[in-house]
Amino acid sequence: MTSKINTSGTNSFILATFFTFISFLSFSSSPSEPLDASNHVETSVAGHHKSDAPVNISKIAFEHILDSHSWHFWGDGHDAVSIGLPVILKTNDGIVSFISSEFHHDTQGNVVVEKNGQRFVNFEETIYYASEVPNEQGQYITEGKNKKGDTIAINDSPLDFSLTKNATQLLGSALILILLFTSVARSYKKHGVTSAPKGKQSFLEPLIVFVRDDLAKENIGPKGEKFVPYLLTVFFLILINNIFGLVPVSANLTGNIAFTMVLAVCTMIVTNINGNKQYWSHIFAPHAPKAIWPILIPIEIIGILTKPFALMIRLFANISAGHIIIISLVGLIFLFKSILISPVSVAFALFIDVLEVLVAVLQAYIFTMLTSLFIGSAVADNSHNASHSSDDKETLKANH
Amino acid sequence: MTGSIAAVGAGLAVIGAGIGIGQIGGHAMDAIARQPEASGKITTTMLIAAALVEGVALFGVVVALL
Repeated sequence: MTSKINTSGTNSFILATFFTFISFLSFSSSPSEPLDASNHVETSVAGHHKSDAPVNISKIAFEHILDSHSWHFWGDGHDAVSIGLPVILKTNDGIVSFISSEFHHDTQGNVVVEKNGQRFVNFEETIYYASEVPNEQGQYITEGKNKKGDTIAINDSPLDFSLTKNATQLLGSALILILLFTSVARSYKKHGVTSAPKGKQSFLEPLIVFVRDDLAKENIGPKGEKFVPYLLTVFFLILINNIFGLVPVSANLTGNIAFTMVLAVCTMIVTNINGNKQYWSHIFAPHAPKAIWPILIPIEIIGILTKPFALMIRLFANISAGHIIIISLVGLIFLFKSILISPVSVAFALFIDVLEVLVAVLQAYIFTMLTSLFIGSAVADNSHNASHSSDDKETLKANH
Repeated sequence: MTGSIAAVGAGLAVIGAGIGIGQIGGHAMDAIARQPEASGKITTTMLIAAALVEGVALFGVVVALL
């Protein structure tokens, strides 16, 4: 009986959150604009709905990988169905916030939103201050060229603290993790640890015990218990966001380099704050002939930065590359504009999708394992065995 | 010739990944053939090494994309 009350409490929480997100739908614009008469004529003359422009797969793939201010479900341009997400900007005159549906699905800088006497425009999912006069294509931006020669907007932009798609996904997955783990913790409290686990416990318990024993205790040693919460957080956050990224309508959070950078910075902070004297002495006074110290010490110092950098790039590139491959394979159907390519395309995409599930779990494991290795090397205490200096002196004496 | 030098660079990086992971898989198969009861440990180690090699190859792909 008590377990029923607990789950209904959790259920109503989940329902409440779900309805909060759905209420954002009320802010999205309605796709009820009638078609232009000219469009009608064009398509009826053509006989079918094929357009002559080649499909730009790379643009579509990047639209799915990158962050955006609205959560897009289906449709194109004006008829798109999407949820507008809050846009929160810090301007010189204070904080301005509105729902991104006020841009009416425009990402080319054509629609200007006026708030607080300031005018904002959304050009390729970055919000700028709108220019006074539009350019020839009706965009309220000033164009310039970046170093590669691509056209970019060189307007000023406010500080953007919006709840974008990725931020909402992060909040959602964090909420799911909190609900999952608190309900599992509650059932442990009620039933104790001696009875067999049931339900969610039997799925999570092997993973948690694996992180605690095979990652923390093995790589960090006896001081591992202190770091198990951090390792568990990293492991489950990456795992759940990797898996969510593979679901069609969701956001690509772990394929966003800002998110992986934050995780890598957290690892760097945890490692270096807990570094003991032996760790720092290995970096600044390594056990090597003094002649190569001028080369070795800068390499060791750069190594403090490159290890988290590699963590960041590895996770970001693996997940993004996988998503790009899947989108490109499905986009093959649109590229060839025929249904006959679909068995090949779907078969390949299925294979790559299954591989991506493996990559999702593997990358979460690799990130956590490398983090535990770095923490282990930072808190390692080898004074129980013979320390390095006495080793060298003794072998020197023995050899003489 | 269409395309860009970046695509050629990415292709070269992937050659390295292919060779590396192929070697890892081959040695893993030899090891399992010699000692079938260790196959669980060997498979785990092989997957870890493959993920690390792939990470390095993806450095190259990321630079190609930039």
